[in-house]
Amino acid sequence: MSMALDTWLEVWEVVRRNRLRTLLTMGGVFWGMFMLLLMAGFGKGLERGVANSLGGRSSNAVFVWSQSTSLAYRGMRPGREVDFKNADLPAIRNEVSGIEVLVPRMQLGGFRNRTEIVGNGKTGAFQVMGDAPDLKRIQPMSMRSGRFINPLDMEQERKVAVIGAQVAKEFWGEVDPVGDSIQCNGVWFRVVGVFDSRQSGDTGERAESTIHIPFATFQRAFNIGDSVGWIALTGQPDASAVALEEEVRQLLAKRHRIHPDDEPAIGSYNAEEEWRQLQATFAGIRLFVVIVGSFTLLSGVVGVSNILLVTVRERTSEIGLRRALGATQGQVIRMILREAMVLVGVAGYAGLVIGVAFLELSRWLVGADNPTLGNPQVELNLVLISGICLLFAGALAAWVPARRAAAISPVEALRAE
Amino acid sequence: MIKLSGLRKSYASGGGRLEVLKGLDLHIRPGESVAIMGSSGSGKSTLLNVLGLLDGFDEGSYLLADQDMKDLPEVDSAGIRSRTLGFVFQSFNLLETKDAIENVALPLYYQQVRRAERMAQARAMLERVGLGDRGDHRPSQLSGGQKQRVAIARALVSNPKVILADEPTGALDTATSHEIMDLLDEVQQSGITLVVVTHEPDIAERMQRTIYLRDGRIVDEL
Ligand SMILES: Nc1ncnc2c1ncn2[C@@H]1O[C@H](COP(=O)(O)OP(=O)(O)O)[C@@H](O)[C@H]1O
Ligand SMILES: [Mg+2]
Repeated sequence: MSMALDTWLEVWEVVRRNRLRTLLTMGGVFWGMFMLLLMAGFGKGLERGVANSLGGRSSNAVFVWSQSTSLAYRGMRPGREVDFKNADLPAIRNEVSGIEVLVPRMQLGGFRNRTEIVGNGKTGAFQVMGDAPDLKRIQPMSMRSGRFINPLDMEQERKVAVIGAQVAKEFWGEVDPVGDSIQCNGVWFRVVGVFDSRQSGDTGERAESTIHIPFATFQRAFNIGDSVGWIALTGQPDASAVALEEEVRQLLAKRHRIHPDDEPAIGSYNAEEEWRQLQATFAGIRLFVVIVGSFTLLSGVVGVSNILLVTVRERTSEIGLRRALGATQGQVIRMILREAMVLVGVAGYAGLVIGVAFLELSRWLVGADNPTLGNPQVELNLVLISGICLLFAGALAAWVPARRAAAISPVEALRAE
Repeated sequence: MIKLSGLRKSYASGGGRLEVLKGLDLHIRPGESVAIMGSSGSGKSTLLNVLGLLDGFDEGSYLLADQDMKDLPEVDSAGIRSRTLGFVFQSFNLLETKDAIENVALPLYYQQVRRAERMAQARAMLERVGLGDRGDHRPSQLSGGQKQRVAIARALVSNPKVILADEPTGALDTATSHEIMDLLDEVQQSGITLVVVTHEPDIAERMQRTIYLRDGRIVDEL
């Protein structure tokens, strides 16, 4: 222990002797580490921000909706409106394998339309959706109070509603609305649950401004017979969303007598493609961060290496003397290595600490759930990896100078005096 | 203590080789004091460096305390330099950034002696060379004679068997030279083998024996 302390005192002395130069080179490593951390932190934040707004939604979710035909088929003219029916769902269940969740959906007034709602004596405009109990398996939400739609609601076509937190807040403020009622197009629904979305950003906000009523009730209350607005499904973990989408499209085309090549007749979307693109973007960002960060760090390392080289040259006679007094080549190498480690270590550690502090500060300024900047943050393993990079960088910086020092011949060095 | 036979050493020089030591035979007994004299460039320093394992040799043999020094692994020669040998140089070669005590203690650092112990031994050794009150002085705060005393204390601190001194008084005035030689006499009287390179006859006279180097060989007189 005491021996170890000694060796560090020796290092300290070298550092003290070349104060300015030491500071300059340490600046390089500090900056490298700081940048690496910052970029990684913000990259991660961005990634998380986007992933959050996607909302932990299944990456293999598929949405299919009806549009109008564009090709004549079996004596029918193009331009016919396609209308999905309740019976399409069991058919899909039976004939397409690999589906996990399958639900019909319908929105009052059409896609993203808002409807005038009355609740607690106030009015406001919100989305009204007809949904099945399984929706909560596709669209992540957490119940703040009460429950989501259940099978009995469907069976008995109960006039109940599950409302988003925004809706509840606008009508009832902090009061729990469960048990109270809302009115929609002249029909009253009893509120049975309030939920928070687990998605962030726009998507989350939209979800929390939504009122869900049982799909069966919806069809009855708003007189749409057995029409289905669109179909949402997720694949089993190993199923490909792209393949499922295609199979479901083909089946629906057959059932609704649509020309097999009539793409526009059925609209569909799967998150897999988008997900994959996002993954590719993230991978790109990560690669960029790693490359730029590494180069910055590397230039810091080259700086440290250079300063050590200069100090080794300046200390030629000292090193020669140490050899004459019994230092082995190994001890000389370790001496230079320790110096490099201290320079790189202290500077890098400072960069690490200040980088983390900076990220935390910006997190605090930006807010934890900023949708675009996301949630700039440092993960423990990022810090660990950076630490390992540092050790490696220190060793790298020491490599050339240490070899140079070890090669110093005591005779030459002492003669140079 | 030291046994050389047929020792040869040459340096690469401008394409060819410059033979500096051309077959030396030399026997130095334990505790003996020997002066090496010779004109400048006759190979005195080269010989001392070979004896001190700071440099290798080409041919012949070198036994130090009956141990063969030919092609010794680097770690072993460092160990012998540290434990068996002590060096005194003409230009003192003290570390400017360290005070006298730390300079004296330096060899013990490479013997893994703990710091407190090192400092205690160094202090005692400084007292022995008459500089007990100068322990915290930097070399720049010391006179030439004092610096050489510090250097001698450093050579003695690890209890060596042999002290090798290359013109230890070369940078000092006559009076100071004799003080330093008095000190080296004491060293020799304590049983340590002493080899001193010098070109001052009155210094050589203080040694039990003088050998002369000329043109890379040992001769009877200059
Ligand atoms: N490293 C070296 N490379 C080439 N020649 C050297 C080297 N060291 C010493 N010499 C030569 O060897 C000869 C002896 O040098 P040295 O032993 O220093 O002499 P002295 O100490 O007796 O004055 C000189 O000619 C010197 O130039
Ligand atoms: Mg010489």
